[in-house]
Amino acid sequence: MSLHREDVEKIAHLARISLSEQDIPLYTRNLSNILALVEQMNRVDTTGITPMAHPLDATARLRPDVVTETNQREWFQQIAPQVEAGLYLVPKVIE
Amino acid sequence: MHNKSLTELSIALRQRQISSVELTSLFLDRITRYGAPLNCFITVTPEMALNQAREADKRLQAGDAGPLTGIPLAHKDIFCTKGVKTSSGSKMLDNFIAPYDATVVEKSQAAFMVMLGKANMDEFAMGSSNETSYYGPVKNPWDLQAVPGGSSGGSAAAVAARLTPIATGTDTGGSIRQPAALCNLTGLKPTYGLVSRYGMIAFASSLDQGGPIGHSAEDVAHLLNIIAGFDPRDSTSIDRPKEDYTLQLNQDITGLKIGLPTEYFGEGLDAEVGKVLEQALKELEKAGASLHDIHLPHTPLAVPVYYIIAPAECSSNLSRFDGVRFGHRCENPKDMIDLFKRSRGEGFGAEVKRRIMIGTYALSAGYYDAYYLKAQQIRRLITQDFKQAFHQVDVIMGPTSPTPAFNLGEKTDDPLKMYLSDIYTLSVNLAGLPGLSIPAGFVKQRPVGLQLIGNYFSEAKLLNVAHQFQQRTVWHSAIPKAYQ
Repeated sequence: MSLHREDVEKIAHLARISLSEQDIPLYTRNLSNILALVEQMNRVDTTGITPMAHPLDATARLRPDVVTETNQREWFQQIAPQVEAGLYLVPKVIE
Repeated sequence: MHNKSLTELSIALRQRQISSVELTSLFLDRITRYGAPLNCFITVTPEMALNQAREADKRLQAGDAGPLTGIPLAHKDIFCTKGVKTSSGSKMLDNFIAPYDATVVEKSQAAFMVMLGKANMDEFAMGSSNETSYYGPVKNPWDLQAVPGGSSGGSAAAVAARLTPIATGTDTGGSIRQPAALCNLTGLKPTYGLVSRYGMIAFASSLDQGGPIGHSAEDVAHLLNIIAGFDPRDSTSIDRPKEDYTLQLNQDITGLKIGLPTEYFGEGLDAEVGKVLEQALKELEKAGASLHDIHLPHTPLAVPVYYIIAPAECSSNLSRFDGVRFGHRCENPKDMIDLFKRSRGEGFGAEVKRRIMIGTYALSAGYYDAYYLKAQQIRRLITQDFKQAFHQVDVIMGPTSPTPAFNLGEKTDDPLKMYLSDIYTLSVNLAGLPGLSIPAGFVKQRPVGLQLIGNYFSEAKLLNVAHQFQQRTVWHSAIPKAYQ
């Protein structure tokens, strides 16, 4: 599996990561090499094998529907880059 | 005092040979003296440590102390510590003061242990050499040219140089066991679900597991007693009765069946490492164990499977770092997308970006079945290999790492080379089994680790076997010259 520059640009966009122009060729090589390694998986016939998502095949645990956490908005927002009136500020989304 | 075991320190504290404040000061002094060149701490917390030590001394005086009360430790900087910077080795979290404590941190505090500081690590635990850290590489106390291993490299280097009696680490594909092996330490990756992941910054949630790194199986058992246990705040925590991992340590291992996977001793394993392991296994035979060849046929697939599953989970977990609620934010974003992209582009290092992008690709429309689903299917085959092996043997043994510590810079240019150094540890995480690395000898003055793999929740058995080995060998008590 060999990726092209445009593939890497698309993946970086999906991943919401800006890459500098000069780094793209290196990432293209790196990612292609990793995908080539991963190709080895195709040598195994996995027909009928149930995919394994959890080592102990455990399922989500239910808990009683009671309040356990208190509101700590101010405390948590202390470390936010930009807040105002209890709200997180971001660039304008709607014109 | 800095060479004593946790049991010895515990007795010294109880008998008033030393106070926790004195013991803490002694280790803080050693950190001041040796810490900077090793670069094993991202943050040292002397004031907090001395406060906790005073609290511990009160408990000790009142006769109201647990086994590890007053004993210092270091936490890997992946565990959230309330009011203390928690960076996960990343520029992204360089300004992150955790607003709460991880369960592991809370439990060590509830036991009145003393936190000396936060240990350096590969960025977001992605790396096998501690060279991807935003805070620079950690050096191996056995040889400053060598890597300490990773990702818990700071924890391992700090324990090896006797800057802390013990430390916590996390292991997603070998990140406790490999640095333990490379630094001549005992490191345990517990069964998935035994130690709470709450407050442990997530990398790959179905693989991540916290555990202790110390000088001996006995020390590791003591810390495991503190940090293991059910936690309702971790949705994958296993609800089972508490165990005392020190109880079985002295059991005789006569009759123990040790399985040696032929796949772990073939091509790729350094011949001298192989010889060291052979000697170690002979020692276990003398202790009454028997050796049996076994097969784990899907072993070669562990690397490809891991490098789909771990990046896929990481791409999802690390999507929370968006520059909005906490962490790094770029200057003057022109719109939302620009805010996300530049904050992440600036905040993440190269290895983290590679893994996020591989994961994003593997999970993207049209590729999901070919990559993620396929990897999850082979993951089951790898797990079944182990299940079958445990019908025949009690414990599986082999190398922790194919070579002793490599040199700094040796593998940084080629990510794949670095990935292959985890060939013997990855499948244990994929299967969710417990794995332990113990010191087994040296090759050209660099330590070699023996890996013990057990069935689910067999930590007490693994520690028992390791302890019996350590009763008959001296490797684990070797100290690097400059730090004696």
